[in-house]
Amino acid sequence: MPSLFESLWSAHEIRPGLIAIDRVMLHERTGAAALRALEAAGRSIVNPAHAFVVMDHIVDTRPGRTDSTLMPGGQAFITETRAAARAMGLTVFDVTDPDQGITHVISPELGIVLPGLTLVAPDSHTGTQGAFGALAWGIGSSEAEHALATGALRVAKPGAMRVTISGRLGPGVTPKDLALHLIARHGARGGEGMAVEFAGDAVTALDMEGRMTLCNMATEFGAFCALVAPDAATFAWLEGRRHAPKGAAWAEALAHWQTLRSGPDARFDRELHVDAADVAPMVSWGTSPQHSAPLTACVPTAAEAGLAAETHARALAYMGLAPGQPLLGLAIDGAFIGSCTNSRLSDLRRAAAVVKGRRVAPGVRKALVVPGSQAVKRAAEAEGLDGIFTSAGFEWRESGCSLCFYAGGESFGPGERVISSTNRNFESRQGPGTRTHIASPEVVAASAIRGAITDPAELTDRAELA
Amino acid sequence: MPAPLRSVSGPALPFWQDNVDTDIIIPSREMKGTGKTGLAAGLFANRRYTDPVARTENPDFPLNWAEYREARIWLAGANVGCGSSREHAAWALAEQGFRAIVAPSFNPIFFGNCVRNGIAPIVLPRPVVEALGSPVTVDLETMTVTAASGEVHPFTLPEEVRTMLIEGLDPVALTLREADAIAAWQEADRKARPWAWLQ
Repeated sequence: MPSLFESLWSAHEIRPGLIAIDRVMLHERTGAAALRALEAAGRSIVNPAHAFVVMDHIVDTRPGRTDSTLMPGGQAFITETRAAARAMGLTVFDVTDPDQGITHVISPELGIVLPGLTLVAPDSHTGTQGAFGALAWGIGSSEAEHALATGALRVAKPGAMRVTISGRLGPGVTPKDLALHLIARHGARGGEGMAVEFAGDAVTALDMEGRMTLCNMATEFGAFCALVAPDAATFAWLEGRRHAPKGAAWAEALAHWQTLRSGPDARFDRELHVDAADVAPMVSWGTSPQHSAPLTACVPTAAEAGLAAETHARALAYMGLAPGQPLLGLAIDGAFIGSCTNSRLSDLRRAAAVVKGRRVAPGVRKALVVPGSQAVKRAAEAEGLDGIFTSAGFEWRESGCSLCFYAGGESFGPGERVISSTNRNFESRQGPGTRTHIASPEVVAASAIRGAITDPAELTDRAELA
Repeated sequence: MPAPLRSVSGPALPFWQDNVDTDIIIPSREMKGTGKTGLAAGLFANRRYTDPVARTENPDFPLNWAEYREARIWLAGANVGCGSSREHAAWALAEQGFRAIVAPSFNPIFFGNCVRNGIAPIVLPRPVVEALGSPVTVDLETMTVTAASGEVHPFTLPEEVRTMLIEGLDPVALTLREADAIAAWQEADRKARPWAWLQ
């Protein structure tokens, strides 16, 4: 029996090198360019019912939003994408739509992604959706045009890799920490070009939201895509979702999905093993997710980090840090909870548990929570999480990608140190000269409260967080 | 559709830091219009300018040195083009005049974006990349890179990619020639996986 990846790939092979695509998702950052190029070439969309357009990348997230955005010229991206998508008969999750949210958050909420499907989007974190046992990967804008116009993509077959995570994550250790641990240990190129299947009892023990966080970060591991074999948790999540099959079709789908797993003799080009017990709460110290360490560690030397002296020096100069400095206690100016990595209900619940009854430290200039979708926002509000955050001094926003990246509008400031539940700590990612540390939502929450990088265990009992 | 690319000779920009992500190639804030053009000035903006808004050139960045201003080839580090899938990175490079990138490895999305925009992605080992010098010739017909010293290094490229670059083919048009095979697959799939079809 082949690997899960091999089964999904061969099931979609029209011929070697030409892969059938079941779903295409677009967003407003590149949607207009792709759709207009199709139109200009006189091409139509093979199956408009399988294409979805989401306003997530540059939409304003401040309350009462409209098409206008702080990004100079940003409104045109929204209005032109909307006009082109409507003209071509595509479903649009618009700025004020109750289903709006980040592509990789709303797709599972609406049952757009399903086990066994191929799904592509012009967004590098599309692999997030592989958490449902789908072959989901990020593409360029021209490839999106290609998939829409032909129903297929020309794509070289990636290698197959399995990362087996055995044991159990300790109390207060999250899937984000697991991902940063893996990337810190094996590098930003550790899974380069590979279809990475996450397996092992520590992975099957994760809920769907945790699996999405893990698969999301596989992008920062260099992976082509990420996968988790679908199981009872997957099926329970999907049942009854808007675009999931119903009735007899559900039963038929379920019977098929239950076969989607790697066989005991499946062949992988590369295998890695991680002991979940080795994973500690993590935070990044440099300008690549690879530059991450346990919260209790100090900024490493180039040798300790296994980096070229020049790369290490540049990262530390940018971050304003020196080797040997403890990560705990670094004063922060901003805190961000959100993004396709960590903006789902369970993320917000865990962060709120840390924040409850406390106040954001006076030195933190900007602290905000951006739910991943309108559905997450409504569910969080029904539980009163918004009140916990706002009484603590966090802003409570509308859903979208928001300050995960700086698009020319809203940003953190130059030289500001920000702790963020996002996936990239690249130079100037969250603002020109902004110094980003990535971590789990609870570490972000605890750090906002103390005004310095903080282990949530210092504020709460670990058992409470588990 | 990109112009056919049989070979390219010219100045080769040495900027071979590993993991140069697409945020470095073009920051999100430089993607100002909804189209695919007007991006060259934003290429490498955070490195190329000391003040990206005022466009004050950074004298330390080689693209600002006389010998590399007209660079046609970029000598890059490993995992080049990682990060965001933004095709603007390839659009900006193409608009600036780059027709080839030689690097130890490429992010797969960026690799595809280069090919679709007439930029040849050439994989050679790091020591070779660092020793190429300038000018360099990348020849897709002979599948060789010629260093400034005259030393010749063979490379491999998937045949389909090579043909697409040499002939300047539009991949969509190419695939549409196989529309019957795709339609047949879809018809069979509607029967095999009716649950996967939304209409």
